[in-house]
Amino acid sequence: MDFEVIVEYFPRLLEGAWTTIQLVLVSGIVGSLMAVPIGLARHSGVFWIRALPYCYIFFFRGTPLLVQIFLVYYGVSQFEAVRESMFWPYLREPYWCAIIAFCLNTSAYTAEILRGALAAIPKGEVEASKVLGMRKSLMYRRVLLPRAFGMIVPAYGNEIILMLKGSALASTITLLDLTGMARTIIARTYTPIEIFLSAGVIYLALSMLVIWVFRWVERRHNEYLRPIEN
Amino acid sequence: MVGLVADCIYLADFWSRGLVMIDLRGFGHQLWDGTLMTLELAVVSLVVGLLLGLLGASAKLSNIGLARAAANAYTTILRGIPELLTVLIIYFGATSVLMVVGSWFGYDEYIEISPFIAGVAALSLAFGAYATEVFRGAMIAIPKGQAEAGRVLGMSRIRVFTRITLPQVWRLALPGLGNLFLVLLKDTALVSVIGLEDIMRKANVAVGFTKEPFLFYMAAAFIYLTLTIISMVGISILEKRNSRGLVRG
Repeated sequence: MDFEVIVEYFPRLLEGAWTTIQLVLVSGIVGSLMAVPIGLARHSGVFWIRALPYCYIFFFRGTPLLVQIFLVYYGVSQFEAVRESMFWPYLREPYWCAIIAFCLNTSAYTAEILRGALAAIPKGEVEASKVLGMRKSLMYRRVLLPRAFGMIVPAYGNEIILMLKGSALASTITLLDLTGMARTIIARTYTPIEIFLSAGVIYLALSMLVIWVFRWVERRHNEYLRPIEN
Repeated sequence: MVGLVADCIYLADFWSRGLVMIDLRGFGHQLWDGTLMTLELAVVSLVVGLLLGLLGASAKLSNIGLARAAANAYTTILRGIPELLTVLIIYFGATSVLMVVGSWFGYDEYIEISPFIAGVAALSLAFGAYATEVFRGAMIAIPKGQAEAGRVLGMSRIRVFTRITLPQVWRLALPGLGNLFLVLLKDTALVSVIGLEDIMRKANVAVGFTKEPFLFYMAAAFIYLTLTIISMVGISILEKRNSRGLVRG
């Protein structure tokens, strides 16, 4: 073990970690916003509304994230219409391609989590809202969605950790995230063990951070479910 | 506009010829070879990973503090770092460790481990870490009285494990293990990064020749989807078989 290499290149690794955090934050926020309509449609009782989100979720959960990233970064550019379009300046950049792929991926997983939570809400609560004369939109806004959000917190925390780990794949399309930065450094220094292990420690620290944040959110959001302590 | 028309013609061509897998521009059999390699990697990693999981769960539930600590460290680390990083650490790290060990014995040639071995090691370690938690949950769920009854009847600890605990753990753990296998199947794609000739690698090669990335990555996606569907059917058959003796309220 050569600790000097670690000390020398640690700031560069932290730089990479910052890119990783950006990827996870941006795609986490956009992905969860996308997941709400998809999850609601997937929960619908009407077959035709349910079918499309079902296929969407099945595709993104059934194929490797690596394939999805390559499809967005390399695949889409095969079409001339894309290269001529106004989106091309973004679709050319690995950064935006990674974010698009992660958003699509995480929205599918999150939508499925949301569907599970909606399905787990006791029937009595739906009936009670109906008896109180709530319209469907009001029922979803005031009762079902807040209840579902409380239920999905632990599962969503897991999903964010999976995405943090998945974000390492951004390094395969030349992005200098934590893994990409580590690989670049190693190409120069030939010290794979030192640098990869340091990157691993940073990933572990980030995972711990996510776990703590979600424990806190869960405690806050589900305060009313906690048993009374004496 | 001209580009759009050309794309539409291309897509029509893609759906009519490409997707029915007639030949995929001559790369059909290459992708088939890649599929076999992916399956081989997944199955070998599954077997090793299951053993690691059983070992990890037994360590977590053991009376020996050191074993518990080691198992906890194992699951925390392997579940907290990206699978891609695990693959890279093992592939490049093992090479330099082996070189150092080799130099102790006076062997100074370049030593390299095969991508397949590195892939199996990385994927089964990752699978084993998650499987440890699944097995642990299943072992806890079996009433303690059963193991005690077995001991009272004079069975050895090992026999209690193989005759009483293990058969029930299998049933309780199967749904969780099924999900983990689906994750494992998708993670095999990562090993293409270190050069294993799996589906992804074959698709990359085909893209390099034909400059048709959409066609080949889509084809790869559909192969993975097919494998996922087949695995899901297999898992549900196993689950049905497993709960034969179970009366459902």
